[in-house]
Amino acid sequence: MRKDLDIIHNWIAPETRVLDLGCGDGALLERLSKEKQVGGYGLEIDPDQIQKCIERGVNVVEQNLDNGLKNFADQSFDTVVMTQALQTLRFPHLVVEEMLRVGRECIITFPNFGQWKARWHLAVSGRMPVSDLLPYEWYDTPNIHFCTFKDFEVLCRQHGWQILHRQVVSESPVSGVLKDFLPNLFGETAIYHLTR
Amino acid sequence: MRKILTTEAQTPSSGKPAGLPANSVGIVEPQSHTFPGPFKLACGRVLDEYTLVYETYGTLNADKNNGVLICHALSGHHHAAGYHSEDDKRPGWWDHYIGPGKPIDTNKFFVVALNNLGGCHGSTGPTSINPQTDKPWGPDFPPLRARDWVHSQAQLADHLGIRQWAAVVGGSLGGMQAMRWALEYPDRLRHCVVIASAMKLSAQNIAFNETARQAITSDPDFRDGRYLEEETLPRHGLAVARMIGHITYLSDDGLGKKFGRELRSGTFKQGVEELVEFQVQSYLRYQGDTFSSSFDPNTYILMTRALDYFDLAREYDDDPVKAFSNARCKFLLVSFTSDWRFAPERSREIADALMHANLPVSYAEVESPMGHDAFLLPNARYENLFSAYMNNVASEKSSKRENEVAA
Repeated sequence: MRKDLDIIHNWIAPETRVLDLGCGDGALLERLSKEKQVGGYGLEIDPDQIQKCIERGVNVVEQNLDNGLKNFADQSFDTVVMTQALQTLRFPHLVVEEMLRVGRECIITFPNFGQWKARWHLAVSGRMPVSDLLPYEWYDTPNIHFCTFKDFEVLCRQHGWQILHRQVVSESPVSGVLKDFLPNLFGETAIYHLTR
Repeated sequence: MRKILTTEAQTPSSGKPAGLPANSVGIVEPQSHTFPGPFKLACGRVLDEYTLVYETYGTLNADKNNGVLICHALSGHHHAAGYHSEDDKRPGWWDHYIGPGKPIDTNKFFVVALNNLGGCHGSTGPTSINPQTDKPWGPDFPPLRARDWVHSQAQLADHLGIRQWAAVVGGSLGGMQAMRWALEYPDRLRHCVVIASAMKLSAQNIAFNETARQAITSDPDFRDGRYLEEETLPRHGLAVARMIGHITYLSDDGLGKKFGRELRSGTFKQGVEELVEFQVQSYLRYQGDTFSSSFDPNTYILMTRALDYFDLAREYDDDPVKAFSNARCKFLLVSFTSDWRFAPERSREIADALMHANLPVSYAEVESPMGHDAFLLPNARYENLFSAYMNNVASEKSSKRENEVAA
């Protein structure tokens, strides 16, 4: 399982209700349900991912996050999770607002565009970075709103979102050590645990 | 007693002639059972007794927990899969989805499909003899609601020895019955599969139904619904009703792709008076004519009224969340993008209500140009989803059995 999902798993209390936005293949929800008796739903738009969720027996509802979460009542979930989808949204800040309306807390993970590899790639080659983490060319990428950790924290301050926890993960061992000193430079994925 | 039930619950699946597809349930034979009354209907009237005609596919297991009930839509009946004879040109109405290896896999499930009460394919309905008068019921047959069907289906389940369905499955009006099952008999089904359906009809749906009924009742041969006694038949009215319905089951795009503006006869050439007939015209007439020779007009009126009346949440303060809070089963919902009769929005409302009620639900909106009819037609994504879901239903059942054995 991806490192960010491991951490999220630890942050979610047993027997709570979770809404997972852009839930992918449902791996997180499946594990939360098996190990922590967490109930809830995943929202997804990719037909292949929906198929995988159904194969796993995870509750999945086809829904486009760009259309908002109007169909969910205020504070109807304990935690609203969104992993690696923030950067694909048309208006990420509006979706986070909605997440904090629908859930008491929210957990968001996104790739850090401020990581040194991305900075290096752009600085040296003068072209948009393409890597394992960001495996798309600029013209066919679902990622339309990249940000860095710093950018995201500015957004949190502006909207009065309170950061409960923040963790930075890195797949490579060297970055893994350095990320603790310079997270915005060495962290590959950020995990933010927010509330209002 | 029990032994007789078991014998009746076996599918006559022995003979699968070589000419039929390998994944067909083969030659099937309808069965019928008469239930002693009194059977009280939602309208307050009582049937002294009634008969249901049904077909079964697959084998009921020893624990009797692999039963799947198929609820039919407006013009459906008991013949959902397989063939009645080797010369049968067409299989049952949902043959794409019921059979060995198909989404509703008859190697795993014991599938029950019936002709609803009020139908015209053998179950008690307007064409049956009213025991009070010894004449056909005709327009005097009591109005029915989805809940009457559900209650009679529960009696059929009792008759077959099925206490709890693995799943109750239905598309369109069938989906409405499946949802009603979840509210009326929450502990008698483990899964509810609702395809291209809605919690209630829209004004536009009701308008189409009313137009269809008007087409039937304004046919001079309708005779206030007593056409059987008077030996007439409002064939044209019923054909027009079906044509109206049929248009609403297809999409603009689907009709366009199938027929475009192609002509069957005539020409647009100037100076020629010959009448032009489009392909779509003759297609619709054919559909109408075929239907009017096999369906009873009073049944059509009765079924469309049941559709109009259906409102899942009416008795729950019009609150679908409150309605669904009575349910215990898991739900699968599927809609189709080009379905404007029961648009994806209608399924989304069901999904929202179920999520608010904190019930397990999965919902998929399947891309299809085929309109409402898509739920009966081959579609790779729909088949895969449906198969994956039903596979889990089947394995859940067996793991439950293992647990019981272990305990």
